[in-house]
Amino acid sequence: MALLKGAPGLLLTLTLHVALSLSPFPNASFFPHWDYCILGAGPSGLQMAYFLGQAGRNYVVFEKAGAPGSFFTRYPRHRKLISINKRYTGKVNSEFNLRHDWNSLLSHDEHLLFRHYSKAYFPHANDMVRYLGDFADRLSLQVRYNTAIVHVTLSKNQHAWNGHFFILTDQKGRSYQCSVLFVATGVSVPNEINFPGSEFVEGYESVSVNPEDFVGQNVLILGRGNSAFETAENILGYTNFIHMLGRSRIRLSWATHYVGDLRAVNNGLLDTYQLKSLDGLLETDLKHLAIVKDSKGRLHITLPVLMDEPIKNVTAEAISLPEDEIDNFAMRVPYDRVIRCLGYKFDFSIFSKALGLAPKKGRKKKYPWIKASYESKATRGLFVLGTASHSVDYRKSAGGFIHGFRYTARAVHRLLEYRHHGIPWPSTVHPITQLTNAIIRRVNEASGLYQMFGVLADVILLKENATGFEYLEEYPIRMLAELETLSGREAQHGLFVVTMEYGKNFSGPDKDVFYYDRAVGEVEDAWQSNFLHPVIYYYQCLPTDMEVMFPTPGWTLPRPVAIHHIVEDFLTEWTAPLSHILPLRRFLENCLYTDLRAFYAESCFLFALTRQKLPPFCQHGYMKMQGLMGNERLRRHGIESGLMEDYTTMDEQPADQKPGVPRIPNHPSQHATSIKEEL
Amino acid sequence: MMASRLSMQIYSIFFVLICLLSRSIAKNRNTLMELSFQEYFSILQTGKTFLVYFSQDDIMVFLEELEKAAEPLHNYGISVAKVNCANEEISRYCGKENDLTKAYLFRGNILLREFPMDALFDVNAIIANVLFALLFNEIKYINSLEDFENIENAMKGKTNIVLIYVKAIGTPEHRAVMETVFVYGTAYQFVLTTETALLERIGRVENSDMISGSLFFFHCKLVLDLTQKCQKTLLEQPLTILNIHRFLKLMDAPLLTEITEDPEKVSTIHLQLGLPLIFILSQQTTYEADKKTAETVAWHLLGKAGVTLLLKDSSNLNIPTDTNVIFKRAKEGVPVDFFVLHDIDSIISLVENNTPNQNNEPVKEYEEGEIEALNLDVQDDQVVETVYRDRKRKLPLELIIELTEETFNSTIMSTSRSIVLFYTNWEAVSLAFLQSYVDVAIKLKGTSNMLFARVNCGDWSNVCTKQNIIEYPVVKIYKEGEKPVIYTGMLETEYLLKFIRLNRISCPLKIMTIEEAEEYLNGELYKELTSYSSVSVLGIFSSNMTKEKENFIEAGNRLKGYVITGFYSEEDALILSKKYAVTLPALLLARHKEEKIDSILLSNSDVNDIVQIIKSASLEIFPEITVENLPIYLSLQKPLLILFRDGNLNHKDEKEMLPLVKQKYLETFIPCWLNLETTPVGRGILKAYFKHLPPLPLLVLVDLHSQGQVSAFPLDQTLNEKNILLWLQKLEAGLENHITTLSNEEWKPPLPAYNFLRRMDATNPFKDINGFSTQKMCKNN
Repeated sequence: MALLKGAPGLLLTLTLHVALSLSPFPNASFFPHWDYCILGAGPSGLQMAYFLGQAGRNYVVFEKAGAPGSFFTRYPRHRKLISINKRYTGKVNSEFNLRHDWNSLLSHDEHLLFRHYSKAYFPHANDMVRYLGDFADRLSLQVRYNTAIVHVTLSKNQHAWNGHFFILTDQKGRSYQCSVLFVATGVSVPNEINFPGSEFVEGYESVSVNPEDFVGQNVLILGRGNSAFETAENILGYTNFIHMLGRSRIRLSWATHYVGDLRAVNNGLLDTYQLKSLDGLLETDLKHLAIVKDSKGRLHITLPVLMDEPIKNVTAEAISLPEDEIDNFAMRVPYDRVIRCLGYKFDFSIFSKALGLAPKKGRKKKYPWIKASYESKATRGLFVLGTASHSVDYRKSAGGFIHGFRYTARAVHRLLEYRHHGIPWPSTVHPITQLTNAIIRRVNEASGLYQMFGVLADVILLKENATGFEYLEEYPIRMLAELETLSGREAQHGLFVVTMEYGKNFSGPDKDVFYYDRAVGEVEDAWQSNFLHPVIYYYQCLPTDMEVMFPTPGWTLPRPVAIHHIVEDFLTEWTAPLSHILPLRRFLENCLYTDLRAFYAESCFLFALTRQKLPPFCQHGYMKMQGLMGNERLRRHGIESGLMEDYTTMDEQPADQKPGVPRIPNHPSQHATSIKEEL
Repeated sequence: MMASRLSMQIYSIFFVLICLLSRSIAKNRNTLMELSFQEYFSILQTGKTFLVYFSQDDIMVFLEELEKAAEPLHNYGISVAKVNCANEEISRYCGKENDLTKAYLFRGNILLREFPMDALFDVNAIIANVLFALLFNEIKYINSLEDFENIENAMKGKTNIVLIYVKAIGTPEHRAVMETVFVYGTAYQFVLTTETALLERIGRVENSDMISGSLFFFHCKLVLDLTQKCQKTLLEQPLTILNIHRFLKLMDAPLLTEITEDPEKVSTIHLQLGLPLIFILSQQTTYEADKKTAETVAWHLLGKAGVTLLLKDSSNLNIPTDTNVIFKRAKEGVPVDFFVLHDIDSIISLVENNTPNQNNEPVKEYEEGEIEALNLDVQDDQVVETVYRDRKRKLPLELIIELTEETFNSTIMSTSRSIVLFYTNWEAVSLAFLQSYVDVAIKLKGTSNMLFARVNCGDWSNVCTKQNIIEYPVVKIYKEGEKPVIYTGMLETEYLLKFIRLNRISCPLKIMTIEEAEEYLNGELYKELTSYSSVSVLGIFSSNMTKEKENFIEAGNRLKGYVITGFYSEEDALILSKKYAVTLPALLLARHKEEKIDSILLSNSDVNDIVQIIKSASLEIFPEITVENLPIYLSLQKPLLILFRDGNLNHKDEKEMLPLVKQKYLETFIPCWLNLETTPVGRGILKAYFKHLPPLPLLVLVDLHSQGQVSAFPLDQTLNEKNILLWLQKLEAGLENHITTLSNEEWKPPLPAYNFLRRMDATNPFKDINGFSTQKMCKNN
C-alpha cells in the first residue's frame, strides 16, 4: 500500500485494491484486464500491437491523443523526416527492400509500405501521421484513443503471470489491469540545462519555424544533433550568422555509421562554416556557461565564475564579461537569440517507484535502464519498446529508430510467445547440405540483420552429429547465453551465429571513411572488410552469460572457436561462387569436419560402390533416390574442368591414380587440418 | 666401471647427454678410430669397452653407419674402432676369406659379444645391440606371459616394472629403450619382449602387427597382496627417448598432491612437462570423499595430467563459489578455467578433449605460402563448377512461367494442374536441375495441360517460406482441391517426366467393374502409362473392409507418381479372389513386361507395410544396376553380387546366373549385373577394385554393409553355376582372399579454410582481459 503514496487517484486505487483482495476469485478485479497493454500508439506501440493481434493475443494500446503518431504531428519542427524512403532498389525481394525502407512498419500487408505514402526520399512528417493512422485502421489494431495513462503501479498477485499486475490509471481516474506492460512512449521531455541566464533560451520545441523571424539576427544554437542542424538549416539564409555550441566534437553519421548522428541532409552549416561564411562551430561544456542580457535585449555569453554571485536580473553592463579579460574571446558579439536543441529524454514521471524504472547511467541517462531482452531491470513483465529502448544500442545500431525497433519489437514478441504461451522461437529445420544455402540466403536479404547489426543475429543450432540444423532468425545477441530458456530451442550440439558488422576500426567521429583502398576485395583479407558485411561465428556450445556480457573490447560476441568474414561487397550481394560461397563452404566444412560439396548422381554411385561412407550430399539426396543427374552439356563441363571423369573413354591402362579415388573426390586428407583438430 | 655408472641414479637424461657430449668433444674421441693391430692390442689392456670391427674389405654402407654410431656410443663410454685385416697380420677375429666379417664387443680383453654384420644393419641397430649386450642385468628379455608373470610376482612390493614390446631387436624403438635403460638402470625392472602374442595378452590388442613399440608401466611397488595384479599404465606415445623419459618421470611423480595456495601460482612436474593440472576442490567436511574421488581421477589420468586436491577452506582464494574443478594449462600466462563437473568421467573427458595431438600427429599449421599452394580459391565442387562454366547459356525459360508474390496464389488457384520449381538463381544444384526442368517443359510442350511454373526464391522469398521450402531445389505438383505433392525422385528429365505422366491419373484408381479390372491388369487401361510403372497394383477388398481399403488408398497416394495403383471393392470382388486364388484383402501385381500377375495377401497391413510391399514387389530378382536404381537395392542392406558386363546380358550368362539367382543360397545377396556400355562409371569402379580394367565378364561380390570387402570370382575359372556356388562357399568359409577392402574414411573437409581468427590475433593479439578463457570446450556438459 505504501507503494501508492503520492499517486494521483490514490483514494480510488486504495479502495479498489481493498475490494480486489476481498474478491472471492483470486484473479478477479474491478478493473478491465488485458494480458498485454501498450502505452503509446506511436510506431513501436503499433508494431507490437500488430504482432500481438496476429498471434491472437488479448491486448490494448493506450494513446493520449485522438490518433496514432501524435509525436509526428509536431516533430520534427521543420517537418522533414530524415529517414530514407527508398522506393526503388532494382530488386523485387520484399525482405531485401526493407533494408532500404526506413519508415515502414512490419506487416503482411503490401499496401502498408511507406513508399505508397510518399515519393520524397526524405518524406514529410504528415505522411508519417497518415501512414500510422492507416496502419492502425487497416490492421484493426485495438487502440484506446484519448486515454492518457498518468500513473502506473504494481499490484502483487500470485496468480499473475509475473507475480504482479500492472495497474494503469488514466487522466479521468479510470484504472486498467495488465499482465504485461509495454512502454512505447518514446522520449518526450526536452533536455534542458540549467545555467545562469538559461531563462533567455528558447527551446527547439517552441522556437519559431518561420525564417522571416530571424532576418538579420545573430543566432546561437546550443546542441550538436540533427535538431540543432535542422534548425540552423532552416534559417541559414536569413541570419547574420549562426554559431553552434556543443560539448563534443561533431559526429557525422557517415563516419560513425550511426543514423542518430549528424546526417548529411542537415549539415549545410558545416559547409558554410568551413567555407568562411561567418557561421561557426564551437566546443565547450554547456554547464560552464552563463547568459546575461544587456539593456538592448541582446544576449552576452559569459562564464558563471565571472558572476560573483548568482544575482537575478543582472545586466551585461553590470558584470565583467570574458572579453574584458581575453579580447579575442570567440563569443564576444552579443546574440539576438539563443536556441536550445539538446534532444529529449524519457518521461519517468508516470511510473510508480515500485516499478524501479530508473535512468541508465552516463550518456544513456535519457533512457530507462533495461536488459538486452528489452525487459526492465527491476520489474518482470515490464518492457520498453521503440525509441525509449535505445539504451540497448545507443550510438551503435538503429534500435532507436523505426527501421530498427520494428525488429526488436518482433524479437520481444517472440520471447513472450514462448514465456507465456509455450510457443518456441520460430525456426526452420534443414538438412546439413543446405547450411551454406541457408546462410547465403539470409545474408543477402535479411533486413533485421542489416538494420540491427550488432544487436540481432541469426542463430543456427546444429543437430546431433551435425546431420541437420535449425535456423532461428534475428535473436538478440546479448541474450545468447540464455537462448535455450528464452527461446525453447535446444543448443546442445554446437551453433553458428550470423551477424553483420562494419570493420572494427571503420566507425568513429574522427574516422576518414573515404580513404583510398578502403575496400577489401581479396577473399583472404575478408576479415579486414570495412563496410557492413556478414560475419559467422562458430561455437561448440552456448557461450556463458559472463562471456556474452563482457566480450573483449572490439568484439560483438565472445571469442568463437572459429570465425568467418564474407568479404565486403560493393553491391551487398553475396552470391559470387568463388568469392563468397566457396570460402563460406570451406569454413563450414572445417567447423563441422565434413565435406559439404554437391555431387552428381554418377559420382555418388561411384562412391557408394567404392567407399564405405558417403559425403552428406550423396547421403541426403542420391541415397534417397533424389540424386542430381545433370545433362550431357554439364557433364562435358565437368570433364573439361577435371572435376569429373570421362568413363566412356577410360582406357585399359592402369591410371596413375589412387584406386577408388578418382579426381572428383580429390581427398588430400593430409591437408585437411580442421578447426576441430586445432583445438 | 660401467656398472658403477649404471647404478648411478641420474634423473635427467639430458643432463647426462650434455655432460657426456661436452666431455667427448673435449677429448675428440667421438669418431671411428682406425687402429693398427698393435694399437688394438694395447687398447685392450686399458680395460675399456670397445666395439671393434675387423674389416676384410670395407663395406661402405656399414662403415657409414658405424661412424654415425661412434659418437653416441662414445657418450656411453664405449669406443668404436676398425681394424683393417688386409693391412695387418691376420687376427683370428678377421675370419677367413669369404667369411662374413663381424664386429666384436670387448671389455678389456674379455670378449663380451660378437655381432654378425646383418644384426648391425644401421646406426640404431648398432647402438641398440651394443647397449643390449652390456645391460643384460638391467633389462630382461622374455618371450611368454608366464615369464612375465614370474617377474611381476617377484617384484610386487619391491620395484615397479617397465615392460617394453618392440617389433624387432635393433629398431629405433629398441634403441630408444636401451638408451633409457642405460640412464635409469636398476631404478625399475625393465623387461623386453618382441612377441606380439605377449603384447596382445597384456592388453593392447588392436592391430598388434601395426605397432612398432609399446611400453607399459606396472605399478608393482604399491602391491602388497601377492594375489593382486599390478596396476598398469600404457605410454600412449611412440617410443622415443624423450617420450619414455617424460613418461617415467610422470610415473614417479606422486599420484595425488594437496595444496592450499593459489592455483595460478602452482607449478608441478606435470606443468613443466607440458601437461595440464587438475585441481579438485575440497573442504574439511568432505575431505575423505573428495580424496577418494581425486585418487580415482588421478589413476585415470596418470601420464596425461596431474591431479591436486585443493583445500578451499584453508585458503582465501578468489574462486567462483560453485566451482568444483579447476583446470590449469601448461602454457604459461594462460589463466585457469573454472568448472562445475558432476562426475569423474566429465573430469577425464575434460582432459582428453583438451589434449592436443592425441595421436601425436602434429597438427599441421599452415604458413602463408603453404595456404596459397593449396589453391583454396579453386572450385572443387563439380556441380558448382559445371553450372558456372555454363552460366552464359540462355535457357528457353519462356516456356516456364515465373510466379511472383502477387501471382503465385491466383495462378495456382486458377489452374487445374500446375507444377512449380522452387529454386534460387545463385544455387548450383537448383541451376543444374533447372536445365532438366526446362527439358521436361520442352518435351511436354503442347501435349500436356500441366502449367509449368517456377519461383525464384532469391526474389520471392516470402512465397517460398509460405510454401515451406527448406531446401533448394524443390518441385511440387499442385492440383485443384488436393494437397500439393512434392516430387521426391531423381533430379532428372526422364524421371520427372514419368512422375508428371503418372500424376495425370488419380492414384489409387477406383475400378468399377470386373471387366475394367481385367483391362487394368493386362495393361490395356492407361496403356500409355504402363511403361512408366514397372508394376500395376490392384487392391481387392470386399465391400465391408473399410479400414483395409483406407490404408491401401493412403499407400496409393504416397506412391502417386511412381507406381500405378487401383482398387476394386465391388460386391463381386470374390470373383477376382477366386480367379487369382487369393483370400481378401489382397494385392494383385501385374508385371506388364513379363506378362505376369502375382498375388499377395494383405492381412493386418498398415499403410507403411503396404507401401513397403509394393516397393519391394517392384524390385527385380536379377536387376541391371544403374546409377538411378542402386540406392533402392542398397537399402536392402545385403552384399551385392555384381556381374560386370561390357554390353547386354547374353544367353550364356542368363543360363548360368538365372537358375542360381532363384536358389535359396543367394537370398543373402543381391545378384545383379552392370552394363559398362550404359553405365560407363562401372569402369571407374572396376579400376578402384583392380587398379586396372580386368577382362569381362567378371563376377564381383561387394559387401558394403559389414567390412567393405570386395572379392572377385577367379579369372581362371569358368563362370558357371557350380563354380560360382563353390566360390561363394569358400568366401564364406574365409578360404578366398579379398581383392580389396573399401576405405571407411570419413568425408573430411577437402581443404582447410582461411583461419581468420589466427590472422586477427596476429594483427591484434587477443587479450583475454576478463579472465574467461577462449571457448575451447563446452562447460557443464
